[in-house]
Amino acid sequence: MIKKKVNWPAMILLILGLSTIVFPLYMTLIIAFKQPSEMTNSISGILSLPKVWSFDNFREAMRVTDFWNSLRNSLVITLVTVGLSLALHSLMGYALGRNKAGSKFYSFVYLFIVSGMFVPFAILMMPLAKQTAELGLANWFGVIILYVVFYMPMNILLYSGYLVNIPMALEEAAKVDGASTWTTYWKIIFPIMKPMHATVAVLTALAVWNDVMTPLVILAGSDQNTLPLAQLNFQTQFGTNYNLAFASYLLSLIPILIFYVICQKQILNGVVNGAVK
Amino acid sequence: MKNERKRTFLLITIPILALFICFNTIPLIRGVIYSFTNFKGFGNYDWVGFRNYIDLFSDARVGKSYLFTFKLAIVSTILVNVVALLLALALNSKIRAKSFFRGAYFLPNILGALVVGYIFNYFFTYILPAVASMIGIKSLSSSILSNPDSAWIGIVIVCAWQAIAMNTIIYISGLQTVPEDVYEAGGLDGATGWKQFRHLTFPLIIPFFSINMVLCVKNFLMVFDQIMALTKGGPAQSTESISYLIYNNGMSGGQFGFQSANAVVFFIVIVCVSVAQMKFSGKKEEQL
Repeated sequence: MIKKKVNWPAMILLILGLSTIVFPLYMTLIIAFKQPSEMTNSISGILSLPKVWSFDNFREAMRVTDFWNSLRNSLVITLVTVGLSLALHSLMGYALGRNKAGSKFYSFVYLFIVSGMFVPFAILMMPLAKQTAELGLANWFGVIILYVVFYMPMNILLYSGYLVNIPMALEEAAKVDGASTWTTYWKIIFPIMKPMHATVAVLTALAVWNDVMTPLVILAGSDQNTLPLAQLNFQTQFGTNYNLAFASYLLSLIPILIFYVICQKQILNGVVNGAVK
Repeated sequence: MKNERKRTFLLITIPILALFICFNTIPLIRGVIYSFTNFKGFGNYDWVGFRNYIDLFSDARVGKSYLFTFKLAIVSTILVNVVALLLALALNSKIRAKSFFRGAYFLPNILGALVVGYIFNYFFTYILPAVASMIGIKSLSSSILSNPDSAWIGIVIVCAWQAIAMNTIIYISGLQTVPEDVYEAGGLDGATGWKQFRHLTFPLIIPFFSINMVLCVKNFLMVFDQIMALTKGGPAQSTESISYLIYNNGMSGGQFGFQSANAVVFFIVIVCVSVAQMKFSGKKEEQL
């Protein structure tokens, strides 16, 4: 095979195209550091570097948006949802995946849950706002329960699809050794599904972390905020101080950026696996 | 032994199914029930039969939101898929720093749509007009978001910015499934450039094309965050998506019952579009 030359036209296009991604981030960064007095209406005024790199805007934004509280809520909601999804959805995916071929009941349950993917949040939103209020679940715990239910169709589809590749012989061997179905699952099947756990964790975490609608509908009126919700409330109260606003935007982007830099490979694999399956 | 297995599976399935029914099926049924009432979100309500549904079809605002949402979905889907396919071809060709470029081009997708919307809001309101007036383009010297005729373009751009990242990565994984010898064999028959793409590459990545179409259309039809961040449905209600209208008028506008009917219709539309897409792409794949 002939080794092909570097495709320079593609390289140049890619470098130019990168500006569409770098520019909004650059803009966010410099505006977040500037003072309102440095903001003029000319291009050079907007895009020049700040005179002093001071963290005052960030300190003020943290105070106004109650940053640490929102960050903690977002982290707790995301981590607990991912944990519950890995445990419950994989179990359910196992139960349905192993039985749906031979049982009308299980194949019905499978179709019933997976078709939940077509239900837009818009139709559930109003009844859920009522229902969570009635049940005393208009808090972060209620939000977690809703997420576990919303991502169930997708995750069960992924898990039971993955199970097809795991031979029954493994479970039968364990059964011969006298292990119960429950122990067999946690000792043998659950660890084998590790690649799928990574995919489910990445997809669920990204979706939950960035979601606005569910907390907006469920947590409205409570004093609990998630990071995106804090931005929304901030915008309605202090929308005109752009320097403060951009400092706050940048703060809310930093956790996910760090996560992306560390786990970029897993995230890319997870997203592709999730979509292609 | 057999019974133990059966019992364990039932003990797993029943509680999880119950949870799903409680927070998905029951709200869905309640939504359908509310759609036949004149419920305002509080207080008493009466049954009104199909009146909400009849009113829906004569409500100009609802009609406008459907037109807007479909226009947004169709334009964005085409734009996103064309750009993403080109990007994927470039990213899959022989280039330096491949993994850096792939990582960088995927970045927009992980950022929260709301904050991305706010950042672009500033860009459209201040930076774009400043650039336009500097180089003398009159039509762009005021914010495109404040003009009812052009505000939707701003939303398309923000939606596309994030969706392109996602679709590119899926196209790349599609292109990687095409074995090198297909190109070599094609090259001998004179298939290069556009011909190669049209007759060799594209047919082989059609499954990935269908995935992208389904993803795009479904996400864009449910667009909400971007509207919230960029225009809040304005100016002159020109950018109200269906989800935004249901949220805005249903949750705080006293139209709980009426917007429930809207949501039921929206649900049916989503199901029809998804089923149609799956039928269509299934057929296309069979032909190959």
